[in-house]
Amino acid sequence: MTRRPLPALGVALLGLVALVAVAAPLVAPYDPGRQFGDFASAPPMRPHVIDDAGAWHLPFVYPIRLVTRLERRYDEDRATRVTLRWGRGGTLVSADEGTGPLLLLGADSLGRDVFSRLVRGSRLSLGVSVLATLCALVVGALVGAAAGFRGGTIDALAMNVADFVIVLPAIYVVLALRAVMPLVLSTSEVFWTLAAVMGLAGWPYPARGVRAVVAVERRMEYAEAARALGAGPWRILLRHVLPAAKGLLAVQATLLLPSFILAEATLSYVGLGFPEPTPSWGAMLQEAGRISSLVDAPWLLAPAAAIVISVLALHLTAGGRPTLERTVQAAPVNN
Amino acid sequence: MTPIQRDRGDAFHVLPSTFYVFPFLLRRALSALLLILLVSSSSLVLVRLAPGTGEGIGADPAIVAAERHRLGLDRPLLEQYGAWLVRTVRFDFGESLRFRRPVSSLIRENAPNTALLGATAMLLATLIGLPLGVLTGSRRSALASAAGGASIVFLSIPSLVLSLGLLLVAARTGWLPAGGLGVPAPDAGLLERGALTLRYLLLPSIALALPVAASIERLESRAMADALAEPCIVAALARGVPARRVVWRHALRLSLKPVLAIYGILVGSVLSGSFIVEQVMSWPGLGVLMFDALTARDLFLVAGCAATGAALLAVGILISDVALAAVDPRIEEPLL
Repeated sequence: MTRRPLPALGVALLGLVALVAVAAPLVAPYDPGRQFGDFASAPPMRPHVIDDAGAWHLPFVYPIRLVTRLERRYDEDRATRVTLRWGRGGTLVSADEGTGPLLLLGADSLGRDVFSRLVRGSRLSLGVSVLATLCALVVGALVGAAAGFRGGTIDALAMNVADFVIVLPAIYVVLALRAVMPLVLSTSEVFWTLAAVMGLAGWPYPARGVRAVVAVERRMEYAEAARALGAGPWRILLRHVLPAAKGLLAVQATLLLPSFILAEATLSYVGLGFPEPTPSWGAMLQEAGRISSLVDAPWLLAPAAAIVISVLALHLTAGGRPTLERTVQAAPVNN
Repeated sequence: MTPIQRDRGDAFHVLPSTFYVFPFLLRRALSALLLILLVSSSSLVLVRLAPGTGEGIGADPAIVAAERHRLGLDRPLLEQYGAWLVRTVRFDFGESLRFRRPVSSLIRENAPNTALLGATAMLLATLIGLPLGVLTGSRRSALASAAGGASIVFLSIPSLVLSLGLLLVAARTGWLPAGGLGVPAPDAGLLERGALTLRYLLLPSIALALPVAASIERLESRAMADALAEPCIVAALARGVPARRVVWRHALRLSLKPVLAIYGILVGSVLSGSFIVEQVMSWPGLGVLMFDALTARDLFLVAGCAATGAALLAVGILISDVALAAVDPRIEEPLL
C-alpha cells in the first residue's frame, strides 16, 4: 500500500487531542471548579443551526431552565436563541451569561461544566501519561543499554527482572506500587507519584528491545571503528550505538502511552489517583461509576469517550497493529 | 500434514512423546511455584515497608503494641518473613487484620469468581477472535476488512469504558442485572444456580473479553497471512488440496504458534482487566479483595491474594505452554 489513510487519520486525531490539551485554558469556557447551583446534573445543550421554524442561523443553543429541583428535570426554552460567541472573553466558545451557563456536555451532580472539566482534565491525564512514558523510555533505554553493552551477570539479572515484571498483570503492579505510598496526597504529589509508579512498571518493555539492539550493534564494525579512534565506552554507547534504537523507542512510546492513559483512569477511578475536585478523566469517571448517576446523567461518560479517542488515535498512528504484536516484535526472539 | 512439516517433526518423534512430557511439565510446574513465591513475597515486603502498616490511628498505644506483638510485627523483619514463609508453605495464610477472619476463607469466597470470570472471558475472546482472525488473514473481502476495522476500534475501547457502557445499557433496559453476583435461593437446583450465575456473568465477561478478542483477531490475522506464504502451504495448494482445507487445517496449525506464544501475556492482561471489571461491575472477585487489602494495609491478606492471583496466572501460562508445545514441540522454554 502506498497511500496509508489510517495512520494519517491517527496523526490528525492525535494532533487535535494534543492541541486541546495544550490550549486547555483557552478552550474550556469555565473554571473546572465553578459550580452552577441551579444546573446540577443538567443535560447537554446541543448546538443548532436550524430553529423550529426551519430558518438557518449561526450556531446557537436553546437555554435550559430547572423545572423541578427534586427530579432535576430541565426544560429547553425553545423561544429564545442564544447565539454562540467565538473567541470572546479569552475562551474559544462562550454564550451570553444572562441566559445561564453554556453546558455543551451537560453538568455533573455539583453543577460543574463537564466540557470544561474534560478539557482541563486532558492536561492531567495526558500529561501524567506522557511523563510516565518518558520515564519508562529513559529507564528502559539505560537498563537495556547497560545489559546489552556489558552482557554477563548484569545482562542476565536485568533481563530476568524485566521478564518477571512483564509476566505480571500490569494494573496490579501499578496498583501495588501506588497503594504502598501514602494514600492521601495532594494533586501535584499525585502527578509525580503516578508518573514515577507507571514509569517503574513500564520500563521492562523498552529495556528488552533496547538490549537486543545494543547487543547486536556493539559488535558492528562502526562501533569498533569508534573504539579504534579512541572513543570511550560511554561515547560509543550514547553517540554511536544507542541511536540505532530510536525507531524501537518510538514504537514503544505508542505502545506505552495508551496503557498509561488507561492506568491513570483506572487508579483515579478506584480512588488512588487524582483526588476530587481535581478534574482528571479517571476522577470524572468515578461519578459515572455510580449506577444512579450513570442512568440519570449518561453524559458523565464523556471522559470515557475522550479515552477511547486518544487510544484509538495512538493505535491508528501505529498503523492499527495490536500492541501485543509490537511487544513481541520489540522483544528479541531468542535472547 | 504436508511433507515438509512431517520432515521437520520426525526428528523429534524418535522417542515416545511421554519421554519428554513429564520432565517438561515438571519444569513448568516448578517455575510456576517460583512465580507464586516471588509475587507473594515481594507484595508482602512492599506492604510491610509501606507507611501506616501495623500502626493504629488514635488507638490506645498499649493496645496497638499488644496487637503488634500478637501478630509478630515487633520482631526483626527477616524473622517475620521466615515465619510467614513457614506458615505459607503449609497453606496457612494467617489472619486478615481488617476482616478478623482467616485469609484462606476470604480467598475461597472470592478467587473462584475471578477464575470463572477470567476463564469465561478467555474462552469467549478465543472463540470470537480466532475465527475472525483466520477470516481476515486469509481473504480480501469487504467483510474481512470490516472485521479488521472493527477490531482496531474494539482494541481501543478498554474494559473500563466498555463495562461502564454495558452497565448503562443494562440499567436502562433492565435486560440483564447491572453488576454484582446474585445469591441463589438455598433450595435452588444445580440448573437454576447455573442459569442465575450465567445471567450475572454475561456482561462482565463480555466487557473483559472484547478487547482481548480484538488482540487475538489482529495477531491471528497477521500470523495467518504469514503462514499462507510458507512454502509448505504453496506446495499443498499446488497438489490440489482445496483452499478451505489448506486454510483451516494446514495454515491454522502454523499460524497458531505466534498466537499461542503470547497467550501467557494475554492471561496476564485478562487478570489486569478483571481488576477493572470487578471494580466497575461489583463482581466479588480477587481484584476487589486485593484492593481492599492494599488500601487497608492488610498485610497477610495482600500476600494471600497475590499468591492466589499468581497461581491463577501460573495455571493460565501453564495451559498456554502445553498448548504451544502441542502445536510445535520445538519451543524454547523460558526460565520463568
